Amino acid sequence: MSDNPTFDRITEEINDTDVVLFMKGTPMFPQCGFSAAVVGALSQMQVKFKGVNVLEDMEMREGIKAFSDWPTIPQMYIKGEFVGGCDIIKEMYEAGELQQMFDDKGIDYVS
Amino acid sequence: MAMESTEIEQMIKEALPDAQIVIEDLRGDGDHYAARIVSSAFEGKSRVQQHQIVYAALKGKMGGQLHALALTTEAPANT
Repeated sequence: MSDNPTFDRITEEINDTDVVLFMKGTPMFPQCGFSAAVVGALSQMQVKFKGVNVLEDMEMREGIKAFSDWPTIPQMYIKGEFVGGCDIIKEMYEAGELQQMFDDKGIDYVS
Repeated sequence: MAMESTEIEQMIKEALPDAQIVIEDLRGDGDHYAARIVSSAFEGKSRVQQHQIVYAALKGKMGGQLHALALTTEAPANT
C-alpha cells in the first residue's frame, strides 16, 4: 500500500487483470482516436483485456500519468508491467512483437 | 494550444544534442505531429524509456500544450 489511494487502485487494477488498457471511453465506445486504435489492435488479436475509462474518473486520469511517468492516454499494462502508449503498441503490433509478448506471458484469448 | 515544429525540435535538441530529428505536421494544424528521432541516448534503452527521454525533453508540454506527437525512436545503427 502506498499513501496515494489512486496509486493503490491502479496497482489493484493491473494486478487483478492480465491486460489492462487505461483509455478514453470504453472498448465498445472509444472516445479518442488513439484509444480506438489500440482497442482495434487488441480486438483483432482477440486478446482478453479490461478497459479503464479515465474520462469517468479524473483522479485516475491524472493518477495513471504520474504512476507510469507517461504523459498521454492510452496506456497498456500486461501482467502488471507498463508496455507503452499508442505508438509503441502500434509498432509492436505491426512487428508481431505484441503477439509474441501475449504468447510468452500466457495471456488468454477470447474463446 | 499549438506548438511550432521548430520549437519541438529545439527542445529535443537541447536535451539530446546528437539527435537527428524529422518532424512531420500530420494535419497541417500545428497540433498533430509525428517525429522520428535517432540518438545515441537511446542505446540499450527500452522503447518506453526512449519515449520517456523525449517526453522529459519536452518538459511537460506533451499531453498538455502538445496534443499529439507520434514518436518513433531509435539508436543510431552500428556501422
